Amino acid sequence: MKKKRFDLGPIKGWLYLLPALVFLGVFMVYPLIDVFIYSFEEGYNSASQTFFGVGDYNYQYVLRDPYFLQALKNTFILVAITVPLSTLIALLLSVALASIEWLRNLYQTVFFLPYVTNTLAVGLVFMILFQKTEYTEGLVNLLINFFGGTSVDFIDGPYWAKMFVLCLYTIWIVMPFKILILTSALLGVDETYYQSAKVDGTSKFRTFMRITLPMISPMIFYLFITGCIGAFKAYSDAVALFGTDLNAAEMNTIVGYVYDMLYGDSGGYPSYASAAAIILFTIVLTITCINLLVSKKNVHY
Amino acid sequence: MFIISEKVEKTMKNNIDYEKIEQRVKVKQGIVKTLTYVLLTFWGIVVLFPFFWMVLTSIKSYGEYNSEYIPKFYSSNPTIQNYLDAFTQVPLAQYFLNTLIFTVITTAVMLVVITLAAFAFARLEFKGKDALFVVFLSMMMIPNELVIITNFVTITDLEMRNTFAGLILPSIMSVFYLYLLKETFQQIPDNLYQAAKVDGTSDFKYLLRVMIPIAKPTLVTITILKVIECWNSYVWPRLITDDAAYFLVSNGIQEIRENGFGRENIPAMMAAVVVITLPLIILFLIFRNKIMEGVSRGGTKG
Repeated sequence: MKKKRFDLGPIKGWLYLLPALVFLGVFMVYPLIDVFIYSFEEGYNSASQTFFGVGDYNYQYVLRDPYFLQALKNTFILVAITVPLSTLIALLLSVALASIEWLRNLYQTVFFLPYVTNTLAVGLVFMILFQKTEYTEGLVNLLINFFGGTSVDFIDGPYWAKMFVLCLYTIWIVMPFKILILTSALLGVDETYYQSAKVDGTSKFRTFMRITLPMISPMIFYLFITGCIGAFKAYSDAVALFGTDLNAAEMNTIVGYVYDMLYGDSGGYPSYASAAAIILFTIVLTITCINLLVSKKNVHY
Repeated sequence: MFIISEKVEKTMKNNIDYEKIEQRVKVKQGIVKTLTYVLLTFWGIVVLFPFFWMVLTSIKSYGEYNSEYIPKFYSSNPTIQNYLDAFTQVPLAQYFLNTLIFTVITTAVMLVVITLAAFAFARLEFKGKDALFVVFLSMMMIPNELVIITNFVTITDLEMRNTFAGLILPSIMSVFYLYLLKETFQQIPDNLYQAAKVDGTSDFKYLLRVMIPIAKPTLVTITILKVIECWNSYVWPRLITDDAAYFLVSNGIQEIRENGFGRENIPAMMAAVVVITLPLIILFLIFRNKIMEGVSRGGTKG
């Protein structure tokens, strides 16, 4: 029998894990601890790496900063509008998709396209569709004019017009994931449930409300939670539409505020950025917990 | 006799009613079906229209585009000038190359790292394995936004701003893909491993010769998802590069928008957008099923 040259024994597993541990340690675990430390160091100076004291000043500063409050408001509006609306539309489209056979694959392929597009690049197309320039009113405004409305500049115009485009673009982007999940959930519902409902002469609407919806409710709930988390972290869709100076456009989001504090013309304040990031994380965590509590009563597993 | 004929008559009447009902149901079903297709087609147009518009705009000349107060849905004289401009007037080719380098290296290194780690978790026995795996899993819940601040400071302190190392290093690790691969590895039957052990095959050889080939479909899925992620990454590259020589396509297109073609040359901008969008669309059309299956297993976007 061949003799083993050396036996690494129990440390072998750790050796295989070493690269993963190094990457996780340096770029996730350490930063995670560090961000809390940053957020409590007052008057941190990134050049000299010194700070005055420890306390909650950074949080106070951020919570009083009008730019942060604007970002907070924008993000909450975005979540409140896009999450329920996109889930609802996705449900409608998925029910439609699940009910047909002919061309289903084609529709599914088309509907998935926004998932594989570059958010920044396609945002520019939305921008030119909605923007008013000296040469043209933009296609959307021409449509509005055609139906007798007055045109608005959706990109540099009033707040709600901009918010409308942002919500629309966000919904356009998040739809593929929701349709994919819901359609496969719907197609996965056991046929026998429908057959017994048919035998009983139950109406289609009642079947949907009493059988289909409860069966896929865990998935709807899952989409709702991931949708909330995703929408709270919105950023690149806003940049795509309104450019990098989101504060000037009044369209900043919490994540945008964090990055602006970190880097760029208004940057250089990792302490404020950390405080803002932790506030965001707290909000997301709270809302997820509330959702989990509510779902215990309403979701059938 | 009389009674019977009445019965017959009644039955016949019922028959007619059934036919009417059947017909009504058929009509109703037809309407529902039509409405379903109308709805689906409507959303299909909503999805496709921006793509159509970007391609259409990109083949209009600067003059043609700006002379149309009401934009036309066709181009009376299509040109490829905008595509030439996109590659000559702005460093689009450079952005492309950067993104390619970034994507290939990040994905390759990640595959090596997570394969080794997944093998350790799935096959090797060592103290503290289960506890460590729980720690790894809990990392999935840490939002990127929370750790990016320190990473930014770390990379800046290491003077790796505007380098590929700075771009790549923090982007490599992905706990979710590690988890996915570990699950796949675990499904490979134990007795294969025992047999290999008896033959005196080393663990590493077993991983290379047996596990990786069996887990190939999962590895392909992970690779594609990571490539998509890398191709579209925006936030980290934006923080860590301000030298256009290191811009990836996302930052590149932002740069083009803000101070690209001098004047507001929208057709040329759209040509750049088409060039950036196309590779992923092609990738998607080739690997459609793999991508959709992979995403439904746990990809999230929005």
